[in-house]
Amino acid sequence: MIYRENGQFKTSYRADQQIFPIVQDRVLVLGLVAFAVVGVPLLAGEYLYNAILVPWLILSLAAIGLNLVVGYCGQISLGAGGIMAVGAYAAYNLFIRVPALNFLVVLLLAGGAAAAVGMLFGIPSLRIKGLYLAVATLAAQFFLDWLFSRVGWFTNYASSGSVSTPALDLFGVSIAAPARKFLFLVGVVTALALIAKNLVRSSIGRAWMATRDMDVAAEVIGIRPVHAKLTAFGVSSFYLGVAGALWGFVYLGSWEPLAFDINMALNLLFMIIIGGLGSILGCFLGAAFMVILPIFLNRVPSWLGVPLSTAMISNLEHMIFGGLIIFFLIVEPHGLARLWAIAKDKLRLWPFPH
Amino acid sequence: MTRRIGIVVLLALLAAGLVAPVVLGAAPGGFYIEVLLGGLMAGVLYSLVALGFVLIYKASGVFNFAQGAMVLFAALSMARMGEVMPIWASLVLTFGIMVVLAVLIERLVLRPLVNQEGVTLLMATLGIAYFLDGFGQTIWGSDIYKLDLGISKEPALILENVFEGGILVSREDVVAAATATVLVTFLALFFRRTAVGRALRAVADDQQAAQSVGVPLNRIWTIVWSVAGVVALVAGMVWGSKLGVQFSISTVALKSLPVVFLGGLTSVTGAIVGGLIIGVGEKMAAVFLGPWMAATFGVAGGGIEDWFAYVLALVFMLFRPEGLFGEVRIDRV
Repeated sequence: MIYRENGQFKTSYRADQQIFPIVQDRVLVLGLVAFAVVGVPLLAGEYLYNAILVPWLILSLAAIGLNLVVGYCGQISLGAGGIMAVGAYAAYNLFIRVPALNFLVVLLLAGGAAAAVGMLFGIPSLRIKGLYLAVATLAAQFFLDWLFSRVGWFTNYASSGSVSTPALDLFGVSIAAPARKFLFLVGVVTALALIAKNLVRSSIGRAWMATRDMDVAAEVIGIRPVHAKLTAFGVSSFYLGVAGALWGFVYLGSWEPLAFDINMALNLLFMIIIGGLGSILGCFLGAAFMVILPIFLNRVPSWLGVPLSTAMISNLEHMIFGGLIIFFLIVEPHGLARLWAIAKDKLRLWPFPH
Repeated sequence: MTRRIGIVVLLALLAAGLVAPVVLGAAPGGFYIEVLLGGLMAGVLYSLVALGFVLIYKASGVFNFAQGAMVLFAALSMARMGEVMPIWASLVLTFGIMVVLAVLIERLVLRPLVNQEGVTLLMATLGIAYFLDGFGQTIWGSDIYKLDLGISKEPALILENVFEGGILVSREDVVAAATATVLVTFLALFFRRTAVGRALRAVADDQQAAQSVGVPLNRIWTIVWSVAGVVALVAGMVWGSKLGVQFSISTVALKSLPVVFLGGLTSVTGAIVGGLIIGVGEKMAAVFLGPWMAATFGVAGGGIEDWFAYVLALVFMLFRPEGLFGEVRIDRV
């Protein structure tokens, strides 16, 4: 009844090409952003920010990055953690070596550095694909891990190999408090997510999807595979790099190379499988799932009065993730985002489904 | 032709790297051979895991990311059950568990996903890997366990009169190498001489054709996963007794990915040769290349073995995507 596009006539191309063509969608998204800016700071406590909201937003951004290359362009990548590390360490080095730079500029440059590295490691995708590419990107992951933990220059010769960031400020306003961090992230992530949403329906995004669906046919209709794949790796790595820098600077504050190891890469992959391959919304859902499930598992046993050890919880987490991945691949390969889409379709027809 | 030149140059480079320490006089002969043997032995271990990958890939086209988790699971089961019963009984029981596991995987994961793309199946096996890691540690515990096969830990000295000080060889490594040889021989016979083996090869060759002449696909998959489970069990036994049964086995098994790609996804020989190349290359790089890099570039040299194998496989793949012995049937892009 409420969710219906009846009577919403498009009278200009502009209106027809909006990102969210249905009024209700627009209202919902705007409402969510407005709620994040106005409502959340009134309601949320420190714990909610630090344990859920901040990591959720950053991981969503990283998941968008990975989804661009895996979900939209169909090039499997197991090296996302390494690319995030490039972003984080690029930001760190820019920050301490060129202190005058604004943090936003640092973020952009970190993304750029990550994009360059990502395209470099994307080159094998021009010759190999599928499983072979998985191993090539895995090589990138392990090589980058090693590089950042062993080459002293990147960590400014920190003896323990871990680096810590100074307090952040933006145009003279400190963003150290959790609420400020959150607002800052809402701004960055909303902007980048909208850009991604726009990008995937532009000619570049369509070229990616064509390459994903059938590379030979895509080439026949005039899409340059080299161009499509390298741009996918580049843009994806840019997002991952920015997310990596945010993860290091805003969420962790101080980190060691282990923060961006193979587990990070696999977790991101799980997020986009569970959330939905080839869906921007799915990235947010998948990231939310990955952030909330461990906390949930931590809490539930004590509510039920069966205390579990941390080792047991992490094992359970593994089992549940593993089981869910298989479940989603079998039952709903398009993930949570697809469930949302089905719900919307049903709502459109409700209450007269025929 | 250019491809062949590339691969020849690569192999020549590798060979040059192999003899360089001796030629340059960086290592005394005995020490060099010790490193070489150590590399070969590590290579055998990689080969054992790689074998599991190859078997499953050949027969079902699934790239089984969970092989490492299966190794860990088998080793854990055997070590923990070995605490309460004789080792042979635990071996037999674990064997049974791996077969049951294979049946379950076929029923619950592969059958519903039949006809899906390779990448989807790869992600499904990632799910299996995660599940098995969690499940194994939930029921068997997540500490480090000893797996005692009754082999002496005392290294043996050989060739004492040829080199000064002799060469230290670990008895476990020798047993591992022997086990691997027996296993490969057994597998080769199984594939060549039995009806099931013939059916397996038929399925590997062409699934539809095999099905149309009456090869039961589902049963074949169950058998293949069981065989891979048994290979995982052997690998788990050898690794577990050498390194202790712990979670890191599952991650070290990732090392066998480059082995498979270097040797060729569809070749058992490739898995063996690839394993040996990677094992030796890695050891050589760690012992000789690392310190050299540290001295020349001021880079902390340790840890080269973390990525050396992957980068080696990557470079190989650029020139020869099908690997050394793999079938030339690759989607070129």
